[in-house]
Amino acid sequence: MNTEGNTNRRATPSARWPAIRFTVNGESCVVNVPPMKRLLDVLREDLHLTGTKEGCGEGECGSCSVRMNGELVNSCLVPVLQAEGAEIQTVEGLALERELHPLQEAFLHHGGAQCGICTPGMLMAAAQLLGHTPHPSTAEIREALAGNLCRCTGFIHIFESVVAAAGAQNVEPSKESVLEQTHHAR
Amino acid sequence: MSTHATTRIVGAPVPRKEGVDKLLGRASYVDDMERKGMWHGATVRSSIPRGLIRSIAFDRRIDWSEFTIVTAADIPGENCIQLIVADQPCLADGKVNHCEEPIVLLAHPDKHKLRQAFGAVEIEYEPLQPIFTMEESERQNVVVWGADNLLKSFLLEKGDVDSVWGRAAHIIEGEYRTGAQEHLYIENQGMIAEYSAESGVTVWGSLQCPYYVFNALRSVFDLPEDKVRVIQTETGGAFGGKEDYPSTLACHAALLAMKSGHPVKMVYDRMEDLAATTKRHPSRVRHRTALDRDGKLLAMEIDLATDGGAYSTLSSVVLSRATLHSTGPYLCPNVRVRSRSWATNNVPYGAFRGFGAPQAIFAMERHMDEIAAVLGIDPVELRRNNFLHEGDTNATEQLMREPMILDQLLDRALKESHYYAKRAQFARENRTSPVKRGLGLAAFYHGSGFTGSGEVYLNSLAGIDVTPDGKVRVLASNTEFGQGTNTVLTQIATEALGVDYSDVTMASPDTGVVPNSGPTVASRTSMVVGRIIERASLQLLALLREHAGLGASHTREDFFAACERYRAAHGEVASMCRYEPPPGIVWDDERYHGEAYGAYAWAIYVAQVAVDTVTYSAEVEDFWAVQEAGRVIHPVLAAGQIEGGIAQGIGFALYEKVVWQDGRMANNQMTNYIMPTAEDVPPIHVYFEQIPFRHGGFGAKGIGELPHDGPAPAILNAIRDGTGVSFRAIPLLPEDLYAGLARNQPVEEPAVR
Amino acid sequence: MRGDPAMHDLVAPGNLNAVLDLLATEPGKWTPIAGGTELMVAFAAGRLDAPRLVSLWGISDLRAIETTAESIAIGAAATFLDLRRHAVIAAELPLLARAASWIGSIANQSRATLGGNLVNGSPAADSSPALLAYDAEIELISVRGRRRVPYSQFHTGYKCNVLAADELLYAIHAPRRFARHNQYLRKVGTRRAMAIAKVALGATALLEKGVIREIRLGAASLAPYPMRLYQAEAALLGQPITRETALAARHALLAEVQPIDDIRSTAEYRRRVAANLLDDFLLELRQEGPRP
Repeated sequence: MNTEGNTNRRATPSARWPAIRFTVNGESCVVNVPPMKRLLDVLREDLHLTGTKEGCGEGECGSCSVRMNGELVNSCLVPVLQAEGAEIQTVEGLALERELHPLQEAFLHHGGAQCGICTPGMLMAAAQLLGHTPHPSTAEIREALAGNLCRCTGFIHIFESVVAAAGAQNVEPSKESVLEQTHHAR
Repeated sequence: MSTHATTRIVGAPVPRKEGVDKLLGRASYVDDMERKGMWHGATVRSSIPRGLIRSIAFDRRIDWSEFTIVTAADIPGENCIQLIVADQPCLADGKVNHCEEPIVLLAHPDKHKLRQAFGAVEIEYEPLQPIFTMEESERQNVVVWGADNLLKSFLLEKGDVDSVWGRAAHIIEGEYRTGAQEHLYIENQGMIAEYSAESGVTVWGSLQCPYYVFNALRSVFDLPEDKVRVIQTETGGAFGGKEDYPSTLACHAALLAMKSGHPVKMVYDRMEDLAATTKRHPSRVRHRTALDRDGKLLAMEIDLATDGGAYSTLSSVVLSRATLHSTGPYLCPNVRVRSRSWATNNVPYGAFRGFGAPQAIFAMERHMDEIAAVLGIDPVELRRNNFLHEGDTNATEQLMREPMILDQLLDRALKESHYYAKRAQFARENRTSPVKRGLGLAAFYHGSGFTGSGEVYLNSLAGIDVTPDGKVRVLASNTEFGQGTNTVLTQIATEALGVDYSDVTMASPDTGVVPNSGPTVASRTSMVVGRIIERASLQLLALLREHAGLGASHTREDFFAACERYRAAHGEVASMCRYEPPPGIVWDDERYHGEAYGAYAWAIYVAQVAVDTVTYSAEVEDFWAVQEAGRVIHPVLAAGQIEGGIAQGIGFALYEKVVWQDGRMANNQMTNYIMPTAEDVPPIHVYFEQIPFRHGGFGAKGIGELPHDGPAPAILNAIRDGTGVSFRAIPLLPEDLYAGLARNQPVEEPAVR
Repeated sequence: MRGDPAMHDLVAPGNLNAVLDLLATEPGKWTPIAGGTELMVAFAAGRLDAPRLVSLWGISDLRAIETTAESIAIGAAATFLDLRRHAVIAAELPLLARAASWIGSIANQSRATLGGNLVNGSPAADSSPALLAYDAEIELISVRGRRRVPYSQFHTGYKCNVLAADELLYAIHAPRRFARHNQYLRKVGTRRAMAIAKVALGATALLEKGVIREIRLGAASLAPYPMRLYQAEAALLGQPITRETALAARHALLAEVQPIDDIRSTAEYRRRVAANLLDDFLLELRQEGPRP
């Protein structure tokens, strides 16, 4: 159903719009799109990275959160021209080579994801937090995630997941969590 | 039946079945999907709440030849989305009855051109007098639905209420109100539809009930079963908001697909989703209660009304559940509940977690605290002295046959919350502190599964099969939308079959693949469908033992080997079962009498709330939730359901207000429809007492809606405890608290400190 | 998503002079966009009336935060995280650092700019009460040169300010003279995070021998633009903190504020809570006493 997966980073060039270049999850990208196109839409439509979600289009829900040049941003509020030359990380870039990132591992085992729609943004915000505060207090976790709305969990198990991930950071990732195929039998 | 046996997988915190995909950002929600040659669709909606459509004009600045335009005239079958009553059109035809009612559909390959064209459709109306409140509807001066505006009514009676008033020591009255509430699932509603003469209609989308959508499409398109197919995509939250509305959206997308000859995607943006889709029914509940000198309930007379909006949708069933949850977990010999759902020109209300119970329970549990105050009794003891016990009959004269442990739950809640010690501490501190703290509680139940004979009527079919490559598939139309369907049902099959958790998968939620096991609503999945899956699994083992040499005890390798032997002889390996009602379920729909629900979950919730008298804002500081909901199939998922439901209940009580202006939601953006953030939720302490229910999947009872029933009354009871002021309507915003706490005090004078 | 990106021109000259030239050549035709946290919301809602935009993002001249002995100069394009991370701002302008922490979420704070907050001109602007209490000055720049305006005179009406058609907000200057002042900032929103202020009050005061020697009160959401509460200040200046003074200040505040009913709150609530916040501040002031 999805158009091709994580391999195609070059959107079809169009002479009308000048090229805008940046890297996403370590790979160089070039897009020829209107400079006001939202980074969110460029990620989803032009680069086919649909992990980043749109929940509100107003910068309120955080489900579009990505990391840009080391900062957490709401990609629905970034005109792609302002991403020129930037290094962007999306949820697709979080996992390690063959294993889940400690945060993903923790969310999996501690009920951090229910319906999953807020999860990519939540992981980005949590990764941003742990990147500069490796052992956050509950108050720090609450503040770091305040911009990511979750309607399913009531946040409690998300806090637990972040604490678990913080505790696990110095530990080797579990070898059990080899990335699996989707569970639906088709 | 292994509800008491030691289990490996049931009761264990196994990883969420589809969890890895969700965490990797690989899960496919409807807006992540594309079909080749796909167009986009948009809906032109009514800008007035009631009136006749005089004309529809298409501005000539747009080249309409590029567009597909659909109106009611294009509907091949019935122009009706029927849930219960056939009153709601798929597209308005000549008249509109609410703001945002869909009138014209447009499709175009370019989203931006579509947006431009959207603004170029000019509709002229002849407005008619609209009504927006239950009270206006009740007066029947303006009739907007049927002959009398009355969508539905019930009368539930037990004993002889009228004989009591004359002799009661105490009679206490109260009126309680709840407002509309928006589901605010983080994924907006969306569908993709395709049409061809050969295959008919296929839709993919965010939904709870594939067969509801299936039936709606069959009716609107006049197509046979084999020409309609509905597939659920990964769904980002639902809470009842995707129980009814997706049928309308699917029909819209499919109409455009049919007429345009292209697949069509329709995904709402947040502003449209908020303004146009269903919300929780607002309610007004009036209690009149008689008690004896000792605080024992003698009679309850309840008048319960809901606002159904412009069309019935599910108003009758919401009213039913509200009625059956209106009298609380109390023994009362004389009861009369009159309930009515009234039509207005508001956007139609629909299903939302709790489904009438949160509204009814808010009133009952607030009223208990009001009674306690009038009688000068401890609100805890008032409840305890009136609790239902095993052997009692409830308001519908259902004999409570299952073990009842409300006393134990109450004791636990009091202990864990340090209830009395804290109340005493707050009473001292409140004298001098500008922040007033209090504790409040709520005692309640939630009936699991469909009411009365509803499950019999649904006649759910579900089961399992085993694929040639050694995977067990659960075959059910019940869907995952975060609450754990995939995990719980595969856990149950795993346990019953004696295989590994990784051997079992959910078959695709596709009406072309799975049978109709009923909708994913009413907290029925683990209990009702889980039990069917359990039975189907045991049935398969019995077949394998009888026909394929499977031994009395087996390893998973033995199981799969036996399956292959069975397949060689019979061609496929499958086991299906139909719902079997527990014995003794007798329900009289006319008199509203008998076994309303096969099982109930019971709970006591305690809220600690702080009210700041500088800003008049109330915040929940701490929360304890003690419940008995049968066997807990997955401890992390179950706790997650409770916490999520409580957070929504906190929103319902203190934050979430739908601001209506002339029948339209004025605050239809996330910036001003306010749900609690990670900084607003209190610590939530969850405790389960488990009494396995014989007739539920591995002993489970319903759990999903229970947690939304208790928070609002517990919170307002806590506010009463802390401030001494009684509030009887929610949402209770600071502006309302201010009105109750300080308005009578001249603004020029500061509060003494 | 109701905006069409193809209908907007967005350019990023990358340096301040080029931006100023553009504004001078075609005054009123180009809308500056910094972090986009306001304009992109309007864009998505289909309400962005700005066919041509010029990006200020990445122009380091506009983002610098510089300190001298007397003042702190905050570049208009400094983000709120920049403010929170700056040691001198955290130490000497704590109200501004606190206000920065109240702007939306971390993801908003990494992009929203101080200048954008002021130019957007919402009466509820989070940074305004603090800037008013700190007697901040706004520096404007154009090809014609630079000029300064007290922040208290920057707004002239609802979403109107003194910027000329060719001018850009360049920097916000805060004097470094509040180390010994008592300071207060409280925001009342719809929830603890991600909330637009229903009412906010910022205050700085200097106490000497039990008397208020200096007082500045800045408020949000009580008028068409963020306001100094001059009448309340007048009732407090030179006075000791007594019940009578507090009452007089309360009356003065009630007379000068003009709150409205809107989608978030009511005039009556705002009026009452504003008065309560003033009381709250005065109580704290009396309890704290002069700072050493």
